[in-house]
Amino acid sequence: MSGLDPMQLEPGLWPFLIATVVKMLVIFTIYMVVVAYTTLAERKVSAWIQDRHGPNRVGPWGLFQVLADGVKNFLKEETMPGEVNKPLFLLAPAVAFTCALVAWAVIPFGAPLPTPWGRIDLVVADLPIGFLYTLAITSIGVYGIVLAGWSSNNKYALLGGLRSSAQMVSYEVAMGLSTVCVLLIAGNVSLPGIIAQQVETSWNIGLLSVAAFLFLVSAFAETNRVPFDLPEAESELIAGYHSEYSAMKFSLFFIAEYANMLTASALFVTFFLGGWDIPFTSWDNTGPATVAKALATFGMFAAKVLFFVFFYIWIRWTLPRFRYDQLMSLGWKFMLPVALAYVVVVASALLGLDAAGIARGTRAFTLSLVGLNAVLLVLLFVILDRGRIISPAASRLERERVERLRRVAAARTTIAPGELR
Amino acid sequence: MGINVKVMERPVGEASYVRATLKGLALTLKHLVDPHRVTIQYPEEKWDLSPRWRGTHRMLTTEDGKAKCVACGLCPTVCPANCIKLVPGEDETGNRYPLVFEIDEFRCIFCGYCQEVCPEEAIHLGRHYENAEFNRERFVYDLERLTAQTHPVSTLWDPADPRGE
Repeated sequence: MSGLDPMQLEPGLWPFLIATVVKMLVIFTIYMVVVAYTTLAERKVSAWIQDRHGPNRVGPWGLFQVLADGVKNFLKEETMPGEVNKPLFLLAPAVAFTCALVAWAVIPFGAPLPTPWGRIDLVVADLPIGFLYTLAITSIGVYGIVLAGWSSNNKYALLGGLRSSAQMVSYEVAMGLSTVCVLLIAGNVSLPGIIAQQVETSWNIGLLSVAAFLFLVSAFAETNRVPFDLPEAESELIAGYHSEYSAMKFSLFFIAEYANMLTASALFVTFFLGGWDIPFTSWDNTGPATVAKALATFGMFAAKVLFFVFFYIWIRWTLPRFRYDQLMSLGWKFMLPVALAYVVVVASALLGLDAAGIARGTRAFTLSLVGLNAVLLVLLFVILDRGRIISPAASRLERERVERLRRVAAARTTIAPGELR
Repeated sequence: MGINVKVMERPVGEASYVRATLKGLALTLKHLVDPHRVTIQYPEEKWDLSPRWRGTHRMLTTEDGKAKCVACGLCPTVCPANCIKLVPGEDETGNRYPLVFEIDEFRCIFCGYCQEVCPEEAIHLGRHYENAEFNRERFVYDLERLTAQTHPVSTLWDPADPRGE
């Protein structure tokens, strides 16, 4: 794993600074363009799923729709509702937008790139605690929404902000616990380290399928996407936390949502799909670094991330929204216990495999973990995946209440309207 | 929950989330790869109108370019919306012709009675729907405008041939 050695560039401050600034500019540009086009992709995919055409008037196949939307948002009037808490009202979109962007800094997006000045790691900031950093940043992201809801002086916005904070706190727990398994197996909290582990053994989606599933579901909740988009449930809360925002401030929230989606996809890819690793070949992670390898692995990473962005959109146009109590019971009564139990199972399995002398990276290690996960997945999806697990209507208290109501109704002498039908 | 609310028995034991989600995903994917699009891309593609389509009016003309109308007054009489204004005139040879013939297309209900009642087959409804204008006054069509229209005219429903065969 010499490719992941942090000391690669020429020593000195300037090479490091210049390389970092160039990486930041390149990543920022690509990221913003991709985010912009994700909004178009959302509209296009939703149209195709609903047997429509989608935007196709601006430019060929509607490709310039993004520019038209951007110009429109810049030129629109910024309204400032009366009695808002101005500093927080202005701060909120900035917080949401910034947090969505900076989470990307620690995600490795390619094999190291050789340059005349030494090898450059294709990650903006190779933090040794990258994993904790992503957790922290995604948690701060909730402040953008909460502050927007609070400062708007609007009951719907406030309700949206409240919902969002409760939801994010609930799912943060399950998300954190599901990634604990990744840390257990990698023995490392730096994201390049986690990718190196996956290159060495195999992708974590096979070794930790249940954690991958839990992480995916929590990521949907964390990014406020359907089926967990209760903070902006338009049928109940107008537009939730961004009801009072207009023009570019609204646009920042909009960009932040898509940027978050991209970040969550990239995190999933990094934790469970081997990051930039190209499957079924070791060409990309052995031998000296070349430009071709860097480009190919970057392409692979982009392909994986974009697939998950597509998956997000696909889910959005497939599922309806959860009811709020269902959301909470799913988070606390299902995701959290399963994630906790899974941490115990994975920890014991790793301990057992170590005790049995099966080294990590061997075929036996991989096969035994994959087998364990297959069994657990069958248990989870066939036996545990029942409505009674997360439907609060099936709780014992609720059932007792229903029984009591039935007894009361049976004791009544008058004919209830329902009985006439 | 009120006393008289009927409590539904939900099959919560059988209900599934993951499998149901996968089923839904398969359905939306099917539509994604095999869309059944019915959208007509309007300015480029246009809808094929029925021969019985009743749109804005057109006055047919004789070979010498004059309106066929003889100002008999049947159409303003039969018009249920009272949208036709007709002032008859008479030339030196005793032929009647309309001095003023105006149809207020905003009042018109496009019933087609005027076309049906016309003895000279002069006034017709059009197979036409692109009527946008920038002000209301433009929707009162005068005789000049009615004769200048070139769009195809409607074939009214014939009770003797209800299917148009």
